[in-house]
Amino acid sequence: MNPALSLRKFVLGTGLVVLLLLPILATVAGDPYLITLFSRILIYALAAVSLDLIIGYGGMVSLGHAAFVGIGAYVVGILAFHMQDGSALASWPFELQSSNAVLVVWPAAILISASMAALIGAVSLRTRGMQFIMITLAFAQMLFYLAVSLEVYGGDDGISLWSRNELPLIDLGDDRAFYYICLICLLIFLYLSDRLVFSRFGRVVRGAKVNELRMQSLGFPTYRYKLVCFSIAGAGAGLAGVLMANQSEFVSPSLLHWTHSGELIVMVLLGGMGTLIGPVLGAAAMLLMEEVLSAYTEHWMVFLGPFLIFVVLFAKRGIYGWLSGTGVESE
Amino acid sequence: MLLFLEQLLNGLQLGVMLFLMSAGLTLVFGIMRVINLAHGSLYMVGAYVAATVFLHSGSFILGLLAAITAAGLVGMLVELLVLRRLYGRDHLDQVLATFGLILFFNELTVIIWGRQPLFMDVPDLLSGTIEVIPGAPYPSYRLAIILAGILVAAFLYLLFNHTRLGMQIRAGASNREMIAALGVNIKLLNTLVFGLGALLAGLAGAMAGPILAVESGMGESILILTFVVIVIGGIGSIRGALIAALMVGMVETLGGFMLPALLRLFLPAATADGAGASLASMSVYMLMAVVLVLRPHGLFPVHD
Repeated sequence: MNPALSLRKFVLGTGLVVLLLLPILATVAGDPYLITLFSRILIYALAAVSLDLIIGYGGMVSLGHAAFVGIGAYVVGILAFHMQDGSALASWPFELQSSNAVLVVWPAAILISASMAALIGAVSLRTRGMQFIMITLAFAQMLFYLAVSLEVYGGDDGISLWSRNELPLIDLGDDRAFYYICLICLLIFLYLSDRLVFSRFGRVVRGAKVNELRMQSLGFPTYRYKLVCFSIAGAGAGLAGVLMANQSEFVSPSLLHWTHSGELIVMVLLGGMGTLIGPVLGAAAMLLMEEVLSAYTEHWMVFLGPFLIFVVLFAKRGIYGWLSGTGVESE
Repeated sequence: MLLFLEQLLNGLQLGVMLFLMSAGLTLVFGIMRVINLAHGSLYMVGAYVAATVFLHSGSFILGLLAAITAAGLVGMLVELLVLRRLYGRDHLDQVLATFGLILFFNELTVIIWGRQPLFMDVPDLLSGTIEVIPGAPYPSYRLAIILAGILVAAFLYLLFNHTRLGMQIRAGASNREMIAALGVNIKLLNTLVFGLGALLAGLAGAMAGPILAVESGMGESILILTFVVIVIGGIGSIRGALIAALMVGMVETLGGFMLPALLRLFLPAATADGAGASLASMSVYMLMAVVLVLRPHGLFPVHD
């Protein structure tokens, strides 16, 4: 048996068991904060995996991915705002009441994030390289300023939610229940991404990353494939935003800020670009490192910066590549 | 009308600042093909050093000189230690490593200078106003910035078109390997160009000191606008940077001034002001999106 493969299975297996048992472990250890911390890790992992779909597999370096996280979060926030307010969401062209139900709010948020991604992607994908990085950044900043200028919805200060969204039978207000919901969302997204990456669609997208001209010569309309990939990533980021809003019960423009996009890229690269487990490990490593370092010094960023440079220069394969002995997928 | 002309001057002043920032950045990208997110940090270094020296010595000129020296030196050091290793690597690596630099510099300024913003006074000589447009006194400090920008643009023009160094830089932008083969020390050239860009960023930062609060993270808001400028202008083109910088400066300033007024014509005042303000802050990015859709390589593309 391939040793790399068995190690991969070992990492996956242990990781999953730890994640499944975490709330119990945290209760035994008497540290309920661990549940909150790991919910955050799972949510960021989801966002990072969705970003990896476009960066690692599609070769589209987007510096505006946080915009879609923000859109997802703002859908939750705005709907909650109108629920608290008792006002209608829209009065024209027809009366539309707000909702607080997971089954309504979450799909709506995912759908809106995906359509915004399709819209932004349609324009951005006309460019490549440096221009693509900058135009995605520009769109994200545009949405950031839009969020800041929404005085009704708190402007700079954002929206505080009274409670999390409601699901029949399960109380999301309970941190343990919410943790499992995050875990389920992440696992479903990982499963779908795995299916996607190894499907015919995924192979076309990966082919376009390596040599777009060749894929076009083979008759694939690569633009459309990349656009669909970009929208799927937007949907994933939107779901992560929904979960973020629900976890912290707070939504603010800082979610859309470009440094937030930068952090997501860091997670992807730290964990291992072009793998699905890598970004999960990267998100965990980054947030745990933040947690540990900030306990020692408030100036932990001063260590994080050089550490990032070090990772880029000397440890390109990321944590997962280092663990499994396989590198970034051959370029 | 007077207000409009005054806004025009404000737009020009912002454009000049953006030009100082983007000239260096577009060169670095044009010649070394490196995306340097940390360019804003050099601007911040310039502002902090200028403010500190000015507060201690009371001399603005001394502050300015210290700022450009410090920014130039820090820039060259960063090139030697980090950027040099990123040439020819994936853009993603460059984004990430320079993002790391930003985090480092932002936190370092917090450690050295604290979280409280520094405030820098306008030097006495330039604290008055001048009536460039009859009936509308305009702060002479802002006029000095515009003048400085024009001088820098002229200096860069002479440097690039009429000196040996400028010729080598231009040759480096169009074909790196070839001029290295012709015996030009390309490594030294890279460091020098990077230092020049850093120096200009430091100058912009020092001049921004009296207008803005000097604080950690101040480089990022101008950095994003700078990127918009160089992408619109065409990456690697100084001329493109100049024109795009003025365009962006004007759109940003006049947008904030005119859009609310324009919307008031057909919307209630409160709604118009809100919508106008948000449209104004988005207008620059819309400009960029439109330019890129029409001309994906910017207005003055250098590399096809």
